[in-house]
Amino acid sequence: MIMLMLMLTDPFMQRALLAALLVGVTAPVVGTYLVQRKLSLLGDGIGHVALTGVALGWLVGAGMGLTPNDALAVPGAVVAAVVGSVLIEVVRRRGRTSGDLALAIMFYGGIAGGVLLIGIAGGSSGNLMQYLFGSISTVSDADLWLTVVLSVVVLAIGVGLRHALFSVSHDEEFAIASGLPVWALNVVVAVVSALTVTVAMRVVGLLLVSALMIVPVAIAQQVTHAFGRTMLTACVVGVVVCLSGLTITYWYNVSPGATIVVLAIAVYAVVSLLAPLLTRRRPAYDPHPDLPDDVDLPADAAERAVAAAKECR
Amino acid sequence: MTDTEMTDTEQVTETSEPVIEARGLHFRAGASHILRGIDLIVEQGEVVALLGANGSGKSTLVRSLVGINTPSEGTVRLLGEPLRAGRRGATVDWGRIGYVPQRAGAGGGIPSTAQEVVASGLLHGRRLRLPRGWRDQVEAALEQVGLADRVHDPVHLLSGGQQQRVLIARALVREPDLLVLDEPVAGVDVASQEAFATTMRRLVDGGLTVLVVLHELGELAPLVSRAVVLRHGKVVHDGAPPPARHDHDRAGHQHQHPHTGDNGNRVLLDTAESRALDLEVRP
Repeated sequence: MIMLMLMLTDPFMQRALLAALLVGVTAPVVGTYLVQRKLSLLGDGIGHVALTGVALGWLVGAGMGLTPNDALAVPGAVVAAVVGSVLIEVVRRRGRTSGDLALAIMFYGGIAGGVLLIGIAGGSSGNLMQYLFGSISTVSDADLWLTVVLSVVVLAIGVGLRHALFSVSHDEEFAIASGLPVWALNVVVAVVSALTVTVAMRVVGLLLVSALMIVPVAIAQQVTHAFGRTMLTACVVGVVVCLSGLTITYWYNVSPGATIVVLAIAVYAVVSLLAPLLTRRRPAYDPHPDLPDDVDLPADAAERAVAAAKECR
Repeated sequence: MTDTEMTDTEQVTETSEPVIEARGLHFRAGASHILRGIDLIVEQGEVVALLGANGSGKSTLVRSLVGINTPSEGTVRLLGEPLRAGRRGATVDWGRIGYVPQRAGAGGGIPSTAQEVVASGLLHGRRLRLPRGWRDQVEAALEQVGLADRVHDPVHLLSGGQQQRVLIARALVREPDLLVLDEPVAGVDVASQEAFATTMRRLVDGGLTVLVVLHELGELAPLVSRAVVLRHGKVVHDGAPPPARHDHDRAGHQHQHPHTGDNGNRVLLDTAESRALDLEVRP
């Protein structure tokens, strides 16, 4: 108990907990749309491109003689992630390259570009480590403010436009045939994903960003059968996992990002074992509609049909 | 001239514009020339059946009419407003048009309830948020297709025929003046076809205009006012509904073609093959 008070009064820990809370809510909101569109790995793709942005920010910062020389790393990541995510939409829309291939190229290009640029900026790939794996303990006030603002934007769009984004993600052709601004909404999802990646970057790092977007959704899916409820459940799971993962690292010296993700996957494993037991309820009604056949049944078959209907009642 | 005659003339001038007007429509997908110069007019209150063999371009045509396919040449006007590529049909009144695709798409990666899917039909044009009272509207639409008790059921657990009815409810929920349906009764049992025909009868009596892609007229035959037959991407018949072929006229005969030829690449040339497919039942 005293330890808990100690943790909650630690200013470093306060900032870290707030950042984790925000990421825990925003990442699953965006992740729900990505899973719906079967683009689960998009977050990872954007994360890789954001790495190039970090290095680019570093390069520009060093060129301008800013101190610390990574002052522009986070803004650089935001810009690169947004550009990369819109680029993916453009490629998807033109349809020449499959989304899968476009993602793969983004993965490789992002990592290679990041390592190349950080070298030119006079750093080493070791400088990229804190972005790859997160460094929540070093979250500054400025970082925190950026996180708050970006989270508010992401939530306002992700929750406010949820019905329109659902329509576009669920059945894009129907959305087009309804005259919805499908292209604009797709870009909105892409940009919001990019912002979420950069928000989550400091908490779990670019390599594990996607896990926070996707794993809570995968957990929620086991126990819900509705889109809205899946999103809500995923957010609750996200917050719980982020806060408890971070709390663990207050006492044990392990990587917060890795702890959070491993914890999430452990929850997934437990839920997928328990879910069949929890959701196995007898349906209240016969799942087969009682309709006449298109053929005339012989008398004995008709009797059996009546008996079968009784069994299901 | 009496008052009633005045209003009649006014109505005629107001509604004289066709509901659908397609002129010189061509559609190419890569090297294949799928629609080859199609003119199609649908007037208000008509029930037009679009007939033709698999791969004749029926689906491609209706998809071009609702803006999913961008035609290579030609123009489409919906409710008097042009459908343009780019800022696609910014002036078209999408709230008056309902589209029912051939079958439930692969859907998303997350299970959704009938309520959620039907509610997405309430969003159109620039309306990106659900109106007040949307739950009642959704329930009423599901009621119309006989699925009122399945509002909260996940769609992927419904049968194929029920999923089709959810898609019809999604188009009906915005109370359209024009309904475009792509094979709404393919692979649906006779009892459900009858129920569907009854629903359509009620809507048509209420002034609904319908363009429906069909393999055969079946239960909808009494409703259809005009038939347009496509063959090889051209209109070969436009007028009274043609009678079914004799060998297709047996009682209980049902077309249940596995429909993979939407892109027109797969053309059934061999009659023996198409005959064999007639017997295949879609799951």
